[in-house]
Amino acid sequence: MARQHRTGASRGRTARIGAVSAVIGLVLAAATATAAAAGADLLPPLESAARATDPGFAGFSAARGQSFFDATHGGKWSCSSCHTRNPLQAGRHAATGRPIKPLAPAANPQRLSDPAKVDKWFRRNCRDVLERECSPAEKGDVITYLLSLQ
Amino acid sequence: MNRSKILLVGATLAAGITTPAALADQERFAMTHPTWNEECGSCHVAYPPQLLPAASWEALLGDLGNHFGSDASLDPATAAELLAYARMHASARTAAGEPTLRITRTRWFLHEHDEIGPATWQRPAIGSPANCAACHRGADSGDYSERRIKIPR
Repeated sequence: MARQHRTGASRGRTARIGAVSAVIGLVLAAATATAAAAGADLLPPLESAARATDPGFAGFSAARGQSFFDATHGGKWSCSSCHTRNPLQAGRHAATGRPIKPLAPAANPQRLSDPAKVDKWFRRNCRDVLERECSPAEKGDVITYLLSLQ
Repeated sequence: MNRSKILLVGATLAAGITTPAALADQERFAMTHPTWNEECGSCHVAYPPQLLPAASWEALLGDLGNHFGSDASLDPATAAELLAYARMHASARTAAGEPTLRITRTRWFLHEHDEIGPATWQRPAIGSPANCAACHRGADSGDYSERRIKIPR
């Protein structure tokens, strides 16, 4: 009697775990899809801004974004000084040694998911690396590069 | 000790709250302000506001666009929120002259670390005295107690 009861309870628990796992799977899938879409959503306004200053603008380029990301632009640092040349990996702050989580959304779904944060960090880090703000074309290239990494 | 002090100490011991009295040993700090932890903890450990006097925080938070060679600028509302928090918890110790901007130059810091030689600070896993978490493994949660110290080789 007691054993039967335990077995029944155990079967019920297994079914519940299955259902919970399925729900968690769906939530994770939805979260991933949202994050990817959020990163891509940053591009259309940048594209409009790029076209406004350059009518011949022909679209963003992941390859150009990668070159830009790895270049020092005449200064001491590049983006990759802290984020490494493989943004799927964790980086390290070049001055303080503070660990930095991966920048590519494929490795860290929180990246590029909050437009205010993206603006904040482009503003600060472009001033650190290039001593000026980045243009919409440059930002779009870098975002396209980061979204291309899998 | 008057009655209100006894009550304060009793409440502090019971709840483990960090009041100035509990911070006399300068080892554990309550890092409970989400904006402070996030905004001040991206590029370096979010340093406890208790480690500098208010005048220092006012100078630092008033010039975030030029923060030790980096642009750490924030929107005015966030900067104001951080300054209010810093003022509330700032150290009461003050020194004459210009406010100290580096925690690592305060007399307290130098005294606490006087046994650490230059070669140790320059180890690759440490890099600089600003990298608290290299040795203080509980730094992110404000725990700088002796038992959480492990100096990397």
